[in-house]
Amino acid sequence: MKLLTHNLLSSHVPGLRPGGGFPLRIEAAEVRVRPVPFNAAFVSRLVPRLRWDALREAAESLGRPSELPPEPSPGYETDEEFLRRLHHVLLEVEVLEGSLQCPDSGRRFPISRGVPNLLLSEDEA
Amino acid sequence: MAGSGRRPEHRGPPELFYDEAEARKYTQNSRVVEIQSQMSERAVELLGLPEDRACLLLDVGCGSGLSGDYISEEGHYWIGMDISPAMLDVAVEREVEGDLLLADVGHGIPFRPGMFDGCISISAVQWLCNADKKSHSPPKRLYRFFSTLYTALARGSRAVLQLYPENSEQLELITAQAMRAGFTGGMVVDYPNSAKAKKFFLCLFVGTSGTLPKGLGTECASEEPHQAKFTNERTRFRNVKGKSVKKSRDWILEKKERRRRQGKEVRADTKYTGRKRRPRF
Repeated sequence: MKLLTHNLLSSHVPGLRPGGGFPLRIEAAEVRVRPVPFNAAFVSRLVPRLRWDALREAAESLGRPSELPPEPSPGYETDEEFLRRLHHVLLEVEVLEGSLQCPDSGRRFPISRGVPNLLLSEDEA
Repeated sequence: MAGSGRRPEHRGPPELFYDEAEARKYTQNSRVVEIQSQMSERAVELLGLPEDRACLLLDVGCGSGLSGDYISEEGHYWIGMDISPAMLDVAVEREVEGDLLLADVGHGIPFRPGMFDGCISISAVQWLCNADKKSHSPPKRLYRFFSTLYTALARGSRAVLQLYPENSEQLELITAQAMRAGFTGGMVVDYPNSAKAKKFFLCLFVGTSGTLPKGLGTECASEEPHQAKFTNERTRFRNVKGKSVKKSRDWILEKKERRRRQGKEVRADTKYTGRKRRPRF
């Protein structure tokens, strides 16, 4: 699971408060870095959609805190250095083994071989 | 599709039907691979994405990632969801570009609002019409899927869902739940005159009133004559029922036209069409 997916995901356990279930807490046992071709336009279009605090927190929990500034700087569209760092964190770092935890309900979703298991059991759904 | 027993949905829930043996077909069987990538190509075309801009797409029922491969080829990024662990294992082994999630779309799409530029789905949504567990209610599951999908898509984007409906009631059920969830749009049918090449694409719009694209191979079928057609063709070779004599030039032309409507590859009509070969040939 890439950190981009983590930043978009929110828990879908029924009965959460509106806007709840975000961000899922990551507990990573195995992390991999896989190079992905860099596309500056795509990454800069993603910035307004991201929840920056959640992204920094997720990067920190994987032990990569220093790579992101506290806030995206104004005029980030042209700052290639910043976009490359963001690209690395969003698309190249992957959690292979571990789990995600819903902050509101405490439900755990295991991650195995890089695929989070978000299936709900019959009584949850 | 003639006997109801032949439909995979009737054999069991998708997470059990798509086991390792079935999943292997999606990488080894070249016919399955070709059909899947053709449908993905058409689905992405129907999405009408802006050119020269990479988009983030959601692939519902991504399976082994065949549709995702086409999305990556086009330079877009994707996140895929599927309910079958065996299919996702194949995708992991093939090292597809997109990110994968194991989830049941009948429980909703677990994403924040407005995150995706589009959604495609190849042969997946009809599975939601079956109740595989006691607690399953197809209309409720469809509504949950469509309403959460509507939220997850950005305003002005589209969702193109290719599906194999079992009958017209099922089609109606799916469309009705999509409209209830707030989508506009409707069904696009490619090659409606062909039994095999016929494909259903549910094209849904989020917050725009775009015009529905036309299905392939429908041009001839939709033309309605407004007045009597004048023709000076000789009617000598037509029998009483209005059918041409077999092996005549008219008969060949009609047959070619029919096959063209079915979306098959047909040679162009020329002055040589239906001519006899010379004896010394």
